[in-house]
Amino acid sequence: MKGALELLQRVSAHPDARCWCVAWSPSGTLLASCGGDCAIKIWGKEGDSWECKCVMADGHQRTVRTVAWSPCGKYLASASFDATTCIWKKTNDDFESLTVLEGHENEVKCVTWAPSGNLLATCSRDKSVWIWEVDEEDEYECVSVVNSHTQDVKHVVWHPTQELLASAGYDNKVCIYKEVDDDWECRATLEGHESTVWSLAFDPEGQRLASCSDDRTVKIWKKSTLGDGESDSSDESWKCVCTLSGFHGRTIYDVAWCRLTGALATACGDDGVRVFKEEDPTVDPEQPVFFMSAHLPKAHGQDVNCVSWNPKEAGLLATCSDNGEFAIWKYNSDS
Amino acid sequence: MSGGTRLENANPLIFQRSGERRLTATDEDEDVADPIDDREIFDIFSKSINDPEHPLSLEELNVVEQMRVNVNDQESMVSVEFTPTIPHCSMATLIGLSIKVKLLRSLPDRFKIDVHITPGTHASEDAVNKQLADKERVAAALENSQLLEVVNQCLSSRAM
Repeated sequence: MKGALELLQRVSAHPDARCWCVAWSPSGTLLASCGGDCAIKIWGKEGDSWECKCVMADGHQRTVRTVAWSPCGKYLASASFDATTCIWKKTNDDFESLTVLEGHENEVKCVTWAPSGNLLATCSRDKSVWIWEVDEEDEYECVSVVNSHTQDVKHVVWHPTQELLASAGYDNKVCIYKEVDDDWECRATLEGHESTVWSLAFDPEGQRLASCSDDRTVKIWKKSTLGDGESDSSDESWKCVCTLSGFHGRTIYDVAWCRLTGALATACGDDGVRVFKEEDPTVDPEQPVFFMSAHLPKAHGQDVNCVSWNPKEAGLLATCSDNGEFAIWKYNSDS
Repeated sequence: MSGGTRLENANPLIFQRSGERRLTATDEDEDVADPIDDREIFDIFSKSINDPEHPLSLEELNVVEQMRVNVNDQESMVSVEFTPTIPHCSMATLIGLSIKVKLLRSLPDRFKIDVHITPGTHASEDAVNKQLADKERVAAALENSQLLEVVNQCLSSRAM
């Protein structure tokens, strides 16, 4: 089954700067982008083309590295090299700054909302992961600071259904966190990558975790069930069940697992975008086999930093690059 | 840093050609862009703004013993290997960062730039190489105005 990626539109979103991240709103109708020009931009479709609806240029003093929508779509969080995370509230077509989360010692690399909407996680070059709770009055409070990584933490992502968090680091490791007795702790450390782990993505069911790295591989980790059926609920055991190597020419900066189709997309420093699909999963769940369904060698003129599947429209994919642009693609699994 | 003694090595810049460079018809054609080759990279590092007649050597700062440059224009790749004379970690990182910044500013955006320490010549080479290869770290570092100032000074001195 050979697939293909068709370009729908290319937008020069952050001129003369890197575009680091693109994120679809939960409704799939808006795209947020952020970058080295310290700005966040919101894009919406007008007719056949994506137009800029809103610009938030004064929220941060330095590069905005990641933007993330709350599950309800009413809030947007932005993580910046200025060591802060800004929470924006959407009112009609505008966004206003609600609050600024401080605490990290240096650059915040990533921010992510839990599916419940009540928890937020951030991570930083200061090696820590912070977990924040939001209450009904839009008040944010840090409930845990976890220092499991020995170097910068690059990415954090929540499990799709459970209150479980994963982080990826410059120390080549992946950490899994759970709340134990009102405190968040690292319950598992996944080792195997030979260099910085840049990003993570859970599969739609939350049974597996994909990680991508500077070592040019993607690893698939699966939660293993303990043999005797009885298990302490706080135990986490994950093992690597698949490694995709030989496909990427340089550092893989991002990986995204489509909730609708199960397809896995990667963003690479060799300017390429790739989509992987799983072969018949019933053969052996402990040894999944993935094949490369589509490969666009020059998706952008420079490194691809982020890849994001639209949550409502199957096959719609957004990517962004060091050249400041983002692109919207249509992926077809049978071309 | 050691005192004023000059290094024996008179030419610290060494170039490895990735392919034979023969003059073709397109080289003469004004409308076709010349591919970037090692000669051009050599010029980036040896020309001093003040004195173009005197190509400069990095040994004047006494921080780099040797620099190997490998250019592949077709693949848009440049690899620079440098041998630091100073064992102190932060100096090697600063020199590597300066070389990287110089290339980022001088080369077209399509180029992938790899700067690393000559294997076996520095105790912390793995750690330094990893930092230089991490573009997020490099970008964040260059947003630090003090560090950027130091890098700019390093680049404006005759040594770069």
